[in-house]
Amino acid sequence: MILMREVHMDLISEEKMENMTSMEKIRLILDKVKKGKIVVLESGLTPDEEVRLIEMTMTEIRVDEFSGIEIESYPSKKTGSFLDKIFGKAFKGRMTVIGPANQIHTIEKDKYQISTKVSVGD
Amino acid sequence: MGFISSFRDNLGAWINKIFKKKRAKIGLYGPPNAGKTTLANRILKDWSGEEGTFGTVSPIPHETRRAMRKEGLIIKANGSTIELDIVDTPGMATKIDFKEFMAFGLSEAESKKRAKEATEGVIEAIKWLEDLDGVLLVMDSTEDPYTQVNVTVIGNMEARKLPLLIVANKMDLPNASPSKIKAAFPQHAVVAISALEGSNIDSLYQAIAAQFG
Repeated sequence: MILMREVHMDLISEEKMENMTSMEKIRLILDKVKKGKIVVLESGLTPDEEVRLIEMTMTEIRVDEFSGIEIESYPSKKTGSFLDKIFGKAFKGRMTVIGPANQIHTIEKDKYQISTKVSVGD
Repeated sequence: MGFISSFRDNLGAWINKIFKKKRAKIGLYGPPNAGKTTLANRILKDWSGEEGTFGTVSPIPHETRRAMRKEGLIIKANGSTIELDIVDTPGMATKIDFKEFMAFGLSEAESKKRAKEATEGVIEAIKWLEDLDGVLLVMDSTEDPYTQVNVTVIGNMEARKLPLLIVANKMDLPNASPSKIKAAFPQHAVVAISALEGSNIDSLYQAIAAQFG
């Protein structure tokens, strides 16, 4: 008999994220990941938000409870719009996958593809 | 990043370009075990004229858990001189599991203490990003260059319009492939070296003078 285990994934749209502050995005991601969910962001995070997510993750690591996150994204893209540059949005995040470090493992990553393996029941 | 901080960053970049700063504070960044401290020690040995090191090196990840700083290192290359304040930062990571350290033979108590200090080290490395004129991003040439730490550090330097030089370290190892790093980040200068053996280190100093001088 094959035992089926479930993986909970949340695919979050660009529209949902663009109305949130950086801190709201980071809190949303970490709360989901700490519950064992895999989060896929359609539009990713800005470079500054990525580094703040890592910083916040470090403050929440606890022995035997939470060992951190696995995060994989493509490099940010420069936007061409003059207004975006004026308002500090010169870099646009791209699709990003984030999950608990003990469940998601990157197999391979290059410019065009991210391959990850999700383990359940750890 | 808002309009004011973006304007401030742009203004800072323009001023640096116009006045060509001859003194720069640069940080050594990269994932754990990329050889940041080995390189920092090599630079110190080559240019300080004094005995001493930035810190100890070890095969166990996160040996450097506090940023170490040396000021006023004068580097001469390409006929120009640049004065550097160098900050050797702890390895950046998105996860830290104490069990990883136990696999290297550390006790459970030692491993938990190291893990706690390592998380604090990552935070300190991130804080330093806001206070630098440029970054030497040290990568292990035997590893896949597309790690999230590399992508995140490069993204931040590009967004802040600060100079970045990629150091493809460990070129002395048989499976090293600096060309993979060059192919992964073609928009940035890459210098292949062995910090341990000192191979091609003069090319790195020339690149530092060109990039940060």
